[in-house]
Amino acid sequence: MSARTITYAEALREGTAVAMAADPSTFLMGLGVPDPKAIFGTTTGLQAQFGAERVLDMPTAENGMTGVAIGAALAGKRPIMVHQRVDFTLLALDQIANSAAKWSTMFNGQGCVPLTIRMIMGRGWGQGPQHSQNLQATYGHFPGLKVVMPSTPHDAKGLLIAAIEDDNPTIVLEHRWLGNTIGEVPEGHYSIELGQARVARRGNDVTLAASGYSTLEALRAAELLAHIGIDCEVIDLRTIKPLDRATIVASAARTGRFVAVDSGWKTFGIAAELIALVSESAFGSLKTAPVRVTPPDAYVPTTPSLANAFYPSTTTIVNAVRAMYGLRPKTDLELGFDPDRLLDVPDASFRGPF
Amino acid sequence: MIAQGRRNQRLVALYREMLRIRLVEETIADRYAEQEMRCPVHLSIGQEGVAVGVSAALRKDDYMISTHRAHAHYLAKGGDLRAFIAELYGRETGCSGGRGGSMHIVDRSVGMIGSTPIVGGSLPIAVGTAFATRLDGGDRVTVVYFGDGTTEEGVFLEALNFAALKALNVIFVCENNGFSVYSALAVRQHPNRSRVAIAAANGLATGTGDGNDVAAVYDAAKVAVDRARNGGGPTFLEFDTFRHREHCGPFFDDDLGYRDPAFVAEWLARDPVTTLERTLLADGTLDAALQGEIASELRAEIDDAFAFAKASPFPPPGDLLRHVYAEDR
Repeated sequence: MSARTITYAEALREGTAVAMAADPSTFLMGLGVPDPKAIFGTTTGLQAQFGAERVLDMPTAENGMTGVAIGAALAGKRPIMVHQRVDFTLLALDQIANSAAKWSTMFNGQGCVPLTIRMIMGRGWGQGPQHSQNLQATYGHFPGLKVVMPSTPHDAKGLLIAAIEDDNPTIVLEHRWLGNTIGEVPEGHYSIELGQARVARRGNDVTLAASGYSTLEALRAAELLAHIGIDCEVIDLRTIKPLDRATIVASAARTGRFVAVDSGWKTFGIAAELIALVSESAFGSLKTAPVRVTPPDAYVPTTPSLANAFYPSTTTIVNAVRAMYGLRPKTDLELGFDPDRLLDVPDASFRGPF
Repeated sequence: MIAQGRRNQRLVALYREMLRIRLVEETIADRYAEQEMRCPVHLSIGQEGVAVGVSAALRKDDYMISTHRAHAHYLAKGGDLRAFIAELYGRETGCSGGRGGSMHIVDRSVGMIGSTPIVGGSLPIAVGTAFATRLDGGDRVTVVYFGDGTTEEGVFLEALNFAALKALNVIFVCENNGFSVYSALAVRQHPNRSRVAIAAANGLATGTGDGNDVAAVYDAAKVAVDRARNGGGPTFLEFDTFRHREHCGPFFDDDLGYRDPAFVAEWLARDPVTTLERTLLADGTLDAALQGEIASELRAEIDDAFAFAKASPFPPPGDLLRHVYAEDR
């Protein structure tokens, strides 16, 4: 039997359907959930399958509706919310951080919030500072939340099901550029334990730790570095919180070289946290200083010339590793990339607007 | 005659419940200086009428959510007194295991989902519990209490809108005491801004009343509860009332001059507990003997609760990380 392949977006849709069929206390809401675009195809047909009561559109009220979801969760429901832009969820930060994250501890375990909030993170094509943020560090900071960043269709389905079935408020961060990627996805129900990283590529010389879309860039960099005999291990974090510390530290201790790749800002970010972890726990094994590859502490401008200056690329990762070996940086051209390519589109065929 | 007798019995019960809250709050104030209740307290003294009148219209399994000023709501809904006092003392036996203090009290056994001091934050959560009730097809009602300041928050409108849109069983109870800490309503809202009109414009039924007249509060709440239970959707109720003491803490603070002395005197004369007491004594429903019996029963219960709290252990330090995440069910 040949393995079935579907897109990341289809995997999310399927994971939602599987979890909702398994548990009648689940419901799904979000602005645009039942509309013709169906949240980039991730909610297609769900209202027809589960009815308008359990799959619903909602008012444009991110904070209030997050509170509604929390209240429903406290009364025994298992809500799933989805936002087309992670940027909009900052309006809901009060409810997420002050209510959802704290309820269990504030009331000594009397009431938990089994709420899943899907947030789509954007990148590029002129979306600018308020439609392209990557806020994993923001959500990773709050105790009480779990934060998931799937990088493959297989993990998107398995981690989403695990998030929905988890009794804690869980943020699922979906990078927009992953939506059309294709991979093998089992039919039916399966879940991936939250807090379990995946070794996406085995290697002995350098550890590249990444999550979400950055995992794909790290894997491309590893391929290129293999041509010059540098054997990279790529760890896909899968979940930012809880973080699989053991897998990260063991890999860094074995390779002695550690590069943290993240799509969020450099300062106080996920990459900074990873380097702190490795420095604390594998310091004696490090052969060279660990390195972060992230965008700078700036907001991505709309114009492509400045967006190109904002986004790190596969080339950036390759050169970070080369520097660890005292090798001079390679240009895009030398690595086989078009130096004029735009870093704010997934490929040359992309026509926007989202 | 029988109807009158039943009404009088009910009024005595309402009086007893208000007095109970009053005596609990006064005991907290008296003992606060001992530094054993190490958490901010927002006392309900003067505002007992709303909590008691509304709760009298509710079933035990109805949901209730409150704010930082939640003591009266908790007690009137039937929350456990011992667990409440132990919570103020930070003890393991507290209703929130000592993790919440005065501002985070809970008793799920009587439908109290919790209380939180983020102004407005509890409103959509209450609406969400009512949404769950809708999905379950139940007739349970949710009450959410808040102050006049909350009606200035954006989330107030978000909560009203969804409650009305889905015709949910939720009752919004605004206790208008005229002040957000020291800021008077007049510096916060246009004089023409009617909170009731805002609720009505959002599609809610509305009602108003004298929050210091517990019978009037009950009557208004009963209409709203019956409406919700019969599928008539949400109601916004606004009750005028008055906080006797400072916003937070055990003291009177009118020496600061932020409230007009005439306004203060007028409201103190309309105290919900003593007003009803006078009426019941005047018409013979209550006499000195019964009054004394009620008061001594309540004092004994309160003394017991404080003794229980002080004798209870603190949570062990090793428990710090418990409940940050939900424990396995």
